[in-house]
Amino acid sequence: MDTKHIRNSINSWLYPSLTFGTLLLIWWLASARGYLSEQFFPTPAAFVTGFREEFASGSLLRDTLASLSRVAAGYALSVAAGVPLGMILGTVLGARLALLPLLNFLRSLSPLAWIPFAIFWIGIGHGAVIFLIVIAALPTIALSTMAAVAGIPKVYFRVAQDYDLKGIHRLTRVIFPAILPQLVTTLRVAMGLCWLVMVAGEMLAGNTGLGYLIHDANNGLRLDLIVVGMVMIGLLGMLCDRLLMFLTRLPGIRWGYDR
Amino acid sequence: MSTGSISIKGLSHSYGATAVLKDIHLDVSPGEFVAIVGPSGSGKSTLLSLLSGYLKPTSGVLERTGTTRTVHQADGLYPWLTVEGNLALGLPKLDAASKRRAVSDMVGRIGLTGFEKAFPHALSGGMRQRVEIGRALCGGTDVLMLDEPFSALDYLTRLKMRGELCRLLEDQPRTVILVTHDIEEATQLADRVLVLSERPASIVYELKIDVPRPRDVTAPGVVDATKAVLKAMGYEP
Ligand SMILES: Nc1ncnc2c1ncn2[C@@H]1O[C@H](COP(=O)(O)OP(=O)(O)OP(=O)(O)O)[C@@H](O)[C@H]1O
Ligand SMILES: [Mg+2]
Repeated sequence: MDTKHIRNSINSWLYPSLTFGTLLLIWWLASARGYLSEQFFPTPAAFVTGFREEFASGSLLRDTLASLSRVAAGYALSVAAGVPLGMILGTVLGARLALLPLLNFLRSLSPLAWIPFAIFWIGIGHGAVIFLIVIAALPTIALSTMAAVAGIPKVYFRVAQDYDLKGIHRLTRVIFPAILPQLVTTLRVAMGLCWLVMVAGEMLAGNTGLGYLIHDANNGLRLDLIVVGMVMIGLLGMLCDRLLMFLTRLPGIRWGYDR
Repeated sequence: MSTGSISIKGLSHSYGATAVLKDIHLDVSPGEFVAIVGPSGSGKSTLLSLLSGYLKPTSGVLERTGTTRTVHQADGLYPWLTVEGNLALGLPKLDAASKRRAVSDMVGRIGLTGFEKAFPHALSGGMRQRVEIGRALCGGTDVLMLDEPFSALDYLTRLKMRGELCRLLEDQPRTVILVTHDIEEATQLADRVLVLSERPASIVYELKIDVPRPRDVTAPGVVDATKAVLKAMGYEP
């Protein structure tokens, strides 16, 4: 049992390391042997140099913080508004009838279609990117929260009635805990969406950030810096998902995965 | 102790065009234990939903005194709460200290000492069922409704659970309505057994059982009652 546990945790590091190691090796070999021309993809050495350069000048840190703070702000706003909205949609028929078509419309509309208005109304920079993140993530969060509420077994509501859980208590002590496991999945999906939109938003409506870094590097034909931006975005996105995954271990949530 | 009474006159219920219950008459006196048996799909769960006030009957009169709680056919424990948390739901009005005392008292009585902090998914079917019954009995409801509470359990566990239910009810007497497929269970536990017909169901047979408690399944009075109910349901060996 214990040795199995240890082996599992070693493997959970070993296997991904092997995958990434192999990819790095292929990259290095392909560049060194000249299969991969520097005109199409930077060499590992160029990447390292580019990374150092960006890091030393402080602009990598600045861009990373800019991107992170936009995702954090947009995500926080979307969750704070989307989860309660979804719970209302799931419980109040009138709200559902009134808002469901609008939310489905917004969700089907690519957030990037808003870029002209985001720039026109807010101007290039922080606000526009946050706006784009919210307009993408909020409908998604609200809709899947609503679906989670709709999936709550009827028997929980009957129990609530027997035990006098009414009004706000029904919402906070029955509906909310009942959807928590699914909510965590929703939060992870929404986080991924926020990262996607952040990059696109910064490329087109930003003047700092990792997305802008890629955009700028592209204009200057700095392939090495494009890859630096890509690697940072991928790593940070993975890290955020990892952090959210820790939520699934909380006792009030784990029941949804252990059944 | 005040326990609830129920009085039903000419009650019928349909789901849309499906007539489920037809012209039910039933009086349950405070403290009585009534068992309802009948074919699957005849409307037993529907009758409990009507009795608990969750559904409104299509026609007829239903009067009821006291509070009701139902132990449901499907898993009714809240999976996000521990055993303690679920039991405490039954005691909303107590202050924290008396609540803790009452909960730990109930944990002992349902034989789950040591499992206070366990979540339902980590319990066996029989343990979960005991928590559900304990929760319904915590804080003293007047009418206890049981919808096939033991049907998911194996035979021996079922026998044990019957004994435990009797013991719990002895400590806290109340009106009980038990719905079951298990005719033995009905005759061993109840003061009165009602048999429902096929849908649309009405009460086609009624039997009072005056055997003193505690009763064993093999007690002559219980065996006779089981035979009589089986016969009323059309089963002849
Ligand atoms: N919500 C509902 N909507 C429509 N029809 C329903 C609904 N609930 C039950 N029915 C129908 O009513 C009939 C009686 O159902 P009910 O659950 O009361 O039966 P039951 O006697 O409890 O059956 P079982 O012994 O299998 O639990 C069934 O034929 C079922 O199809
Ligand atoms: Mg039923």
